Amino acid sequence: MSESADRQPPFVLVEGLTKTFDQLVALDHVNLDLKEGEIHALLGENGAGKTTLSNILAGIYRADSGDVMIGGELVHFRSPADAIAGGVGMVHQHFQLVPSMTVAENLMMGWEQSPRVFSMSDLKERSAAIIEEYDLPVDPGARIFDLSVGKQQRVEIVRTLARGAQLLILDEPTAVLTPEETEELFEVLRRLAAGGRTVIFISHKLNEVLSIADRITILRSGKHMATIPGANATVDRLAQLMTGSETPIEAVSQTGPAKAGEAVLTVRDLHALSSRGLPALRGVDLTVRSGEIVGIAGVSGNGQTELAEIIVGIRAGTSGQVLVTTEGTTQPPTPGQIGIGHIPEDRMEHALVGVASTTRNAVTRRYRTAELSTKTRLRWGPIREYAQEVIKDGRVQVREVDAPVAQLSGGNQQRLVATREAKVADEFLLAVHPTFGLDVQATAEVRQTLQDKRNAGAGVLLISEDLDEVLAMSDRLVVMYGGEVLGGFTRGEFDRDRIGLLMGGHREAAGE
Amino acid sequence: MDTLTNVISTAIDAGAVIVFAGMGELLLERTGVLNLGLEGIIAIGAASAVLAAQWASSPFIALGVAILVGAGMGVVFMLTTVVFRANQVLSGLALFLVGTGLAAHLGGPVTGNPSPLTFESVPIPGLAEIPYLGPALFDHDVLVYFGYFIMPFIVWFLLNRTRHGINLRAIGEDPSAADATGVSVMGIRSFYAILGGALAGIGGATLSLAFTPGWTPNVVAGRGWIALAVVIFAMWRPGRLVVGAVLFGALISVSFIAQDRGWNIPGQVLNMLPYLITLALIVVAVLRNLGKRATVAPAALAVPFFREER
Repeated sequence: MSESADRQPPFVLVEGLTKTFDQLVALDHVNLDLKEGEIHALLGENGAGKTTLSNILAGIYRADSGDVMIGGELVHFRSPADAIAGGVGMVHQHFQLVPSMTVAENLMMGWEQSPRVFSMSDLKERSAAIIEEYDLPVDPGARIFDLSVGKQQRVEIVRTLARGAQLLILDEPTAVLTPEETEELFEVLRRLAAGGRTVIFISHKLNEVLSIADRITILRSGKHMATIPGANATVDRLAQLMTGSETPIEAVSQTGPAKAGEAVLTVRDLHALSSRGLPALRGVDLTVRSGEIVGIAGVSGNGQTELAEIIVGIRAGTSGQVLVTTEGTTQPPTPGQIGIGHIPEDRMEHALVGVASTTRNAVTRRYRTAELSTKTRLRWGPIREYAQEVIKDGRVQVREVDAPVAQLSGGNQQRLVATREAKVADEFLLAVHPTFGLDVQATAEVRQTLQDKRNAGAGVLLISEDLDEVLAMSDRLVVMYGGEVLGGFTRGEFDRDRIGLLMGGHREAAGE
Repeated sequence: MDTLTNVISTAIDAGAVIVFAGMGELLLERTGVLNLGLEGIIAIGAASAVLAAQWASSPFIALGVAILVGAGMGVVFMLTTVVFRANQVLSGLALFLVGTGLAAHLGGPVTGNPSPLTFESVPIPGLAEIPYLGPALFDHDVLVYFGYFIMPFIVWFLLNRTRHGINLRAIGEDPSAADATGVSVMGIRSFYAILGGALAGIGGATLSLAFTPGWTPNVVAGRGWIALAVVIFAMWRPGRLVVGAVLFGALISVSFIAQDRGWNIPGQVLNMLPYLITLALIVVAVLRNLGKRATVAPAALAVPFFREER
């Protein structure tokens, strides 16, 4: 920030903004000021209120109270369309693009300045001109689902800019990008800011925030903690403001060298199609032995979902072999097999029944065993005891065990799933993005659960987009890209740069 | 050859109700809303057209009444599903029952009487004289001409060559993405719920003012359900919808002709034919789409949209 910029009146001024959802106070009298041409980071844990604040600025939510002023004028956005007209554009964490439609159609969608009636070539030309103007190359005729995540994000940014956004809000924009794509995005953001646009950059990754932000505002539990210049910030200071504790985050790491034993999971030359019928896996080879954590790094959408589903027996491959070893027998996996635990990517979709109680959800892997049921009846006494055990071991905070599990917070749901699955995973535990969207505390506990499992002699396969997590947890590490497993690193030889290159598809980085 | 000409000509007349009701449903489903109540709306459209024909001076006035009544049913459906976001399947089934019952009640006094006003065939000069083809294609009433020759082009153009069409399709695929870019999800869904009702009303009028002029409670005979199936068969594309409508019209007309000529096939079997084929074609349509990279059905079909959902 230059001297003159410091003396400017703020371009955006937020005062006393408050928003509650049911009993949850998402934002509590939050203040914020943004200068023209600055990159301003909003930093905080999940649930700190970053996304709520942005959604209010972008017209998606309406505040209960408080004022938003843009360019010196009080604004009340009633809809995203209102906000767009007011010069505020948001690039959402989940892209607001229609996957089956083309780039051009997505650019023109819902926009008053797109032509009412057009020919196909007309549409492409206009889109190409817009793309050209902002210098973010992408093929206007391509369908969104054919594009890489980085390219999809470009479409979102171009669309937002084309509609005259002076304030650009990016919600966790790097969560789905490779390190290389992240660097490209940062270049774009710096260019936009230099051109006079104001950028809000939402993140919980401290290093990224430090490298891009002019100023940083930290939120915690819906409250404004501090706003500090990026130049004065340090990782420790930010972490402390963010979590409110002095303990450094990422506390969980390895406890001693792996005592790897026999293979519990063997995958040989596995091929599979995605749900869309495209090749998703192209010859995957992978072994997980007892007593080790094998990490799979990579940007999601490179076959991880398909691989995970095949490993737990809920999807079939087209060729190749998957064998798991439980209780001394080695065979292809069957769904719900005891001995294998599965912490899935989407817990509400694949692990929990939202309307059912916490108790019932805690026993879904075990209720068919003789201790918990007869042939025709559930034994409620033992079921309640078992559920209590899961809740206690997992430190799941539950007020009412008979209330629907959907009422628990995301962190507590994940604690429940992780503990329930760990309890059946005597031989093998598969964890897919296990800490995605969790706060620091829950993240540490879920990681500890995986670590305990490893130390108890189970094999653990950790699939995660969070490179730091895979680096911190794994005994061995591979990268998934384009349906293949690339590279192979053992703990102590982890090379962040090479792993990053592999994640972006540069196979030459696999080395010798 | 005369028989074939005759089959095609009757097929086109019989399929008119499917073209109109199906086109409205196609557009509505493209916005992500499923209206299973077509059968009921067609019934009430057919009954109200005949009732209006008792006092009106022109069949177009009777048609107008059917359109208004159909649109009214569309408003009811819109309120329950788009505004109050009730379950679309249940609301549609309720609309079917209400429409069918109400039509039987209202149409009571005129049941079985021929309609005093009808849409007559208007041969297109020149074209209608082409041997075989002319009488098959160019000797119909104005509703048929509009439904088969004009409407599909309008709808195709609307969907594929207009900004509104992009918005409409976007809502059916991903309403929250559409909403985030400033498209009015509720506004567009509401409009097509009402338009769909109006078009189903026209469909009813083609039955009771042209195809079998007059009102009887079983005049609709499941064609609303067939129209829903044809939308799937057409994979939500207007051009294919017309083909599907003629195909099903042909099945209906074959059974007419068979009865007329005393072919030795039980009438019940012939009447069953369109419904059996419906079943078969839907299975075929589903199988054909297996393994395709993009599913053809609108991704958000029958899913209510809430903005502040977290």
